[in-house]
Amino acid sequence: MSEALLEVSDLSVAYGQIEAVHHVSLRVLPGQIVTVIGPNGAGKTTLLSAIIGLLPCKGGMVRYAGEAYARVTLEKMVAAGMVLVPEKRELFAEMSVLDNLLLGAFMRRRLGFRDERQTLATVFALFPRLKERAQQRAGTLSGGERQMLAIGRALMARPRLLMLDEPSLGLAPLIVREIFRILADLAAEGVAILLVEQNARAALQLADYGYVLETGEIALSGRADELSEDARVAESYLGQAAGCPVA
Amino acid sequence: MDLQIALLLAQDGVVSGAIYALLALALVLVFAVTRVVFIPQGEFVAYGALTLASFQMGKIPGTLWLLLALAFVILLVDGPAAWRQGGRGFLLFLAQVVLYPALMAAAVLLGQPHAWPLWAQSLLALALVAPLGPQLYRLVFQPVAEASVLMLLIVAVALHLALVGLGLVFFGAEGSRTPPFSEASWEVGSLVVSGQSLWVLGASAGLIVALYLFFEKTLYGKALRATAMNRIGARLMGISTTFAGKIAFLFAAVIGGASGILIAPITTIYYDTGFLIGLKGFVGAIVGGLASYPVAAAGALLVGLLESFSSFWASAYKEVLVFTLIIPVLLWRSWQSHQVEEEE
Repeated sequence: MSEALLEVSDLSVAYGQIEAVHHVSLRVLPGQIVTVIGPNGAGKTTLLSAIIGLLPCKGGMVRYAGEAYARVTLEKMVAAGMVLVPEKRELFAEMSVLDNLLLGAFMRRRLGFRDERQTLATVFALFPRLKERAQQRAGTLSGGERQMLAIGRALMARPRLLMLDEPSLGLAPLIVREIFRILADLAAEGVAILLVEQNARAALQLADYGYVLETGEIALSGRADELSEDARVAESYLGQAAGCPVA
Repeated sequence: MDLQIALLLAQDGVVSGAIYALLALALVLVFAVTRVVFIPQGEFVAYGALTLASFQMGKIPGTLWLLLALAFVILLVDGPAAWRQGGRGFLLFLAQVVLYPALMAAAVLLGQPHAWPLWAQSLLALALVAPLGPQLYRLVFQPVAEASVLMLLIVAVALHLALVGLGLVFFGAEGSRTPPFSEASWEVGSLVVSGQSLWVLGASAGLIVALYLFFEKTLYGKALRATAMNRIGARLMGISTTFAGKIAFLFAAVIGGASGILIAPITTIYYDTGFLIGLKGFVGAIVGGLASYPVAAAGALLVGLLESFSSFWASAYKEVLVFTLIIPVLLWRSWQSHQVEEEE
């Protein structure tokens, strides 16, 4: 088995009183797509925020790219090639699409790389729509374009680990399919992907490995194809027995 | 009032308005990036002017001792962590807290700035005031960076009082005036335009253009705007809030210091004059809702004109009139934001 790029062990996070994560362990290998599925409020966003250092961890350990962190700091993680596409996108609404993308390469420039124009060309090749809208203000984009910009901005950092929080939220099925196809391409190029989704069916189809997070704890884990077959997952998250429609 | 007086008053108003505009821009910048309503902005003005005046009187300005003391405290506070980090970061840290202050001390104590030409004295005064911005951010605001806007405001008021007190110790209670950058004057029709007013206008315009280019064209300028627009988004790109805060405060200090040096030949500056000047910039910034740079600059220009014309009609009430301007502006602003809420 190859060395894990990200290994989270026994991680606990307190976030106010509402959402929390208790003793979660998970691993992501290079080039692997790992998904965390689970209901609203299970702590999926909290988990990602703690891994990248937006929230402080209460306990546990994060190993990333061969280094162990007892206290994760956001800047170190970004510098080490970990990037998060947050659920709310967090774009710079008053700035042009191009400026949003260039700021995605901010850390790389600080580290001394000067290759943002090449990266920009590859991002434009992946999302031709962004090239058309390069001079437009980010705030004027449609929902799907915003998500593309959020992912494009993240790719400008040339991530080793790309974490996405609900990338399908509020998007039309056609656009979701396109975005997931791009994620598969990225993984094939060696980028590790940690994908948090409520759209369990699509996520499990795309992923190699999956974890089910319920009330802050890992309830189940396994290969994605096995998880989709699992009776409990099928009933609660794929809506086969309950008849809950999943896009 | 005839046309000649009106033109004279307008000239006065535009000159002081230009200074208020610079201060308004600094206030908007600091607030947007760090959420601090930066009351001590005016103290940088007084420190800039009085540091320059000290050089001309052959005295050693207290600004130097403040710079050295703050650098020393930062060395104690951040030194161990920087040492552990090592490498280029540590050298950069040493350059900031040891090398730069040492150079400044050498220039002031051994360089005999008394004999320097005015422009060199001005640059040295600016070089002494500028680092105070990031230093004060590091020691005063960074530890409470996540606090509420109200608490940051209270801290800013405390810092203002401390800096005014130190100003009295450093520069004494007497006011100072420095010689103008240019003795030239021109007669345009019936109006006399002094070289110094042109200096003020030119330098303010130059600074504003430089700021605009920095924020629109450079990556670091865009990073600062990004922090102001979306803190979390910026942090996720690796733009540290602390870094952005220090840069914003550096700008505030440079703008304040430069304003002080520019107006020192026009008005007599006392250790506590800065507060009133800063407040007038603040009125301009409020007109722009502490958010819009062009509206803030226009508002500050309006403050300058209002002040100059009211000093003609009702000189006893000129400050009252200027600060009364804030009431209709606030009413209009709150009425407007109420409208927006209803629409949503």
